[in-house]
Order: sequence, then structure tokens, then C-alpha cells
Amino acid sequence: MIDIFKELLFTIAYTVRDVTPIVVVIFGFQLVILRKPIPNLKKIITGFVLVLLGLGIFLEGLEAALFPLGRLMAQQLTDPAFIAGDQIGRVLDWWDYQWVYLFAFAIGFATTIAEPALLAVAIKANQVSAGSIGVWGLRIAVAIGVAIGIALGVFRIITGTPLYWYIIGGYVFVLLQTMFAPRMIIALAYDSGGVTTSTVTVPLVAALGLGLASTVPGRNPVLDGFGLIAFASLFPIMSVLAYAQLSAWLFRRSIKSQPQ
Amino acid sequence: MKSIKAIWSALFESLRDLLPIIVVIGFFQLAVLQQPIPNFGEIALGITFVVIGLTLFVQGLNMGLFPIGETMAYSFASKGNIFWLLCFAFTLGFGTTIAEPALIAVANEAALVAADGDMIEKNEQSMASYALGLRITVAISVGIAIVIGVFRIVMGWPIQYLIVIGYTGVVVMTFFAPHEIVGIAYDSGGVTTSTITVPLVTALGVGLASSIKGRNPMIDGFGLIAFASLTPMIFVMGYGMVI
Repeated sequence: MIDIFKELLFTIAYTVRDVTPIVVVIFGFQLVILRKPIPNLKKIITGFVLVLLGLGIFLEGLEAALFPLGRLMAQQLTDPAFIAGDQIGRVLDWWDYQWVYLFAFAIGFATTIAEPALLAVAIKANQVSAGSIGVWGLRIAVAIGVAIGIALGVFRIITGTPLYWYIIGGYVFVLLQTMFAPRMIIALAYDSGGVTTSTVTVPLVAALGLGLASTVPGRNPVLDGFGLIAFASLFPIMSVLAYAQLSAWLFRRSIKSQPQ
Repeated sequence: MKSIKAIWSALFESLRDLLPIIVVIGFFQLAVLQQPIPNFGEIALGITFVVIGLTLFVQGLNMGLFPIGETMAYSFASKGNIFWLLCFAFTLGFGTTIAEPALIAVANEAALVAADGDMIEKNEQSMASYALGLRITVAISVGIAIVIGVFRIVMGWPIQYLIVIGYTGVVVMTFFAPHEIVGIAYDSGGVTTSTITVPLVTALGVGLASSIKGRNPMIDGFGLIAFASLTPMIFVMGYGMVI
């Protein structure tokens, strides 16, 4: 119990170190180039301190509670002994990994909902759109995208198909959707690809990829363990565009069905 | 009284955000793997930490990161000097990326892959310099991405044209880059944008779009993160070709 508090201090110290360049850039430009006093400086500094403390405590909590269990789980689920069940030694095909797909889907969805960076973008999008983009609507749309992406990425590692087929195919699909999606959502949808994968998602997903690449026969862990993050950054773009298209379509239909 | 109620509801919201992970891990541990939950006390304490941390983070977001991003955007717009704005954009992108822990981890993995594939010598020194070179490459590419993104907001160009160019760049590079590097390059796009950079850069973009006449914050303000996840892919594949 004492250890966790000691670790907490270390984590907060690391967070402070990571943030130093950002603080230097902001205050450097503010003082040297803009030369304007910052309004509500006290409040902003308090905000920075809260962000640092909050992120440090958040990461330490994840490291103490959820990451070890999640990593162990990824290892156990991808273990050939678990997958083959009673028939140890038989050749596995891609369908034998059904629990792995379900885990990939569920953990992709769950970690994305808890991702602080996505929450920040959703809050901002909600403010800017004057409430027409819901914080939860956007987060769930992104989480579904990440879930599908990671499940498909796991399928790719198991079958050993080339990564770039999926990525290039995904790009073509995104561009087609862009032609039909409402203009307002396009930039936000592209952004949601980049924000989904950070503090919560990456460690668990990386463990899953590494576990699979080292146990599936014929895969090289250094080469095939990569690529899951790429899937998790591409598929939310599609799901957010689809969410916008669906709501626009439902809106048009509800106008049409109204009596004159 | 009112503020205590607000704190409780904020904590409750954070707990709700965390609930899916707890359910997923609990379900797989108890129902699929059929094992007990180890060190229950430590896990409960950890979850309390996560909830408190997330709550503080969101408070700080609205008090510190969002306002400073927007204030700076307004000051740059009223100053009207595009050169300094673009300098700021580059430094912000470069500075936040070079120290990013996730990128450091990926760069070290990449050095291992490169040594395995006989692209560099397999000793500590050449692997360390390969990893550092990769980090600098990614940081420069994120700096350039934010510059392009900010310039786009100022000019009001539609984002999809630039994204098409970026996608074409990724596809073309994929066919020329050594195939060991492709997976790392694709992943490096996702890891560059950290939890503190994202709110700051988003506030900057939205602030710029709302203070420049004729720009719509919803259409023009977002998109900076999108560029920051796209350019590293192209640059990392380029790095793999040169080294």
C-alpha cells in the first residue's frame, strides 16, 4: 500500500517532465513574441497543476489496477493451450480464436470510452457545435470504430495477411464516405482517428498484439506485433462519418414523414 | 453545498467512463478464464485513483488547457503576423512530440526491427542513434503537420483535399519503403498525439477559426490532429528508405 503512493510521486514527476517542453513553448511565445499579459493567469496555472496531478494519479491507478490484469489476460487468451482446449496439438484455424476477437472488440471499446484525450475533443466539439454533437454520441461512435478496428487487426495477425491491404482499402472507403458525409463533421471525423490511441488504449492493445504475434505459428513478434494502433486510428474515421451520415439521414426522413 | 454536489457528480461521471473497462476485465477473468481476481484491495485503490485522476484532469482541462490555447489563438490572430504564428505551430508540434513517452517506446522497438533486418549494425550505439534519428524525424513531421494545419485554417481550404494528398503520399511510400518499416510507420501516426497535446492543439485550432473572419470553427477549426497523425507515417517510411 505504501508502494503505490511512492510510485504515484514518480508518475507525477514523469508527467511534469513530459509537460515541460509544452510549458516552455507556450510561455516563451507569450512573453517574447506576443508580449501580452495572460488573462486569469492564476486560474490557468491552477488548471495546469490539476491536469498534471490528474493525469499522474490516473496513470498510476491504471498501472496499479487494470494494466497488469489486462496484460496477463491478453497473454492467457492468446496461449495456444487455452485456445485448443482439450484437443492440444491440433492445427488451429482462424475461427478457433473467437474469444480473442471478442476480447479485442470489448477492450477496444472500453478503453476508448475511458480515453481522456477523446473526452477533451468531445467536450470541445459539443461546445463548438452548440450541442448538436453529443459528447456521448461521438465517444460511442469512436469506440465502436476502435473496437471493429482492433478485432480486424487481430484477425490480420492470425491470418498473416499484409497490413497495407487493409490500410489502403480503408483509405479508399474513407474517401468515398467523405464525398457523401455532411461537411460539418469531416474535420472532426479525421481528428477522431488520432485521438483514440493514447494512454489507456496503447498499453493493453500492444500487449494483445505482442501476445498473438509470439504464439501464432509463423508470425514474427517484432514484425507482426505492429499494426493494431494503425487499425485503431483508421476505423474511428469511418464510424464517425457513418454516425453523421446516419443522423443526417434520420433527420431528413423525420422531416419528410411529418404531415404538411 | 452546491460545490460539493458538483464534485460528487464529476466523480460519478468519471466512474461511469471507467465502468466498461471494469466490466470487460471482470467478465473475461471470471467467466472466460475462470480465475479469481487477485489483490482485490490494491485493485480497488487503483480504480479510486483512476476516477479521482480523470476528474481532476477534466477540471484542469476547462480551467487551464482550453483557455490558454484559445487565448493564444486570439492574440496571434489580432497580432496578424502569420510568420510568428507558423513558428509557434512548428515549435508546439516539435516540442510536444520529441519527449513523448509512447514515441520513445516505438522508436526503440523500431531500432530492434531494423537491426534484425540487417538495415543497421546490431550494436547498442548504432541502435540508439537509429532510435534518436527516428524520434527527431517524427517530431519534425508533427511540427510540419501543425504548420500545414494552421495554414489551412488561415486560408480556409477544405480539409479533404489535403487529406487526399496525404493518403496518396502514404500509399506511394508504402510501395517503396522496406517492408519491415511499414508496420512501425503506420503505428507511429497513432502514438504521436498525447493526452496533453490534443486538448491544447484542438483549442488552438478552434480559437483560430473563431477569431478569423469567414471561418467556421466546426468546419475549419478541427483537423490539426488529423495532419499530426498522417505526416509521421510518410516521414518514417522515408527515414526507412534513406537509412
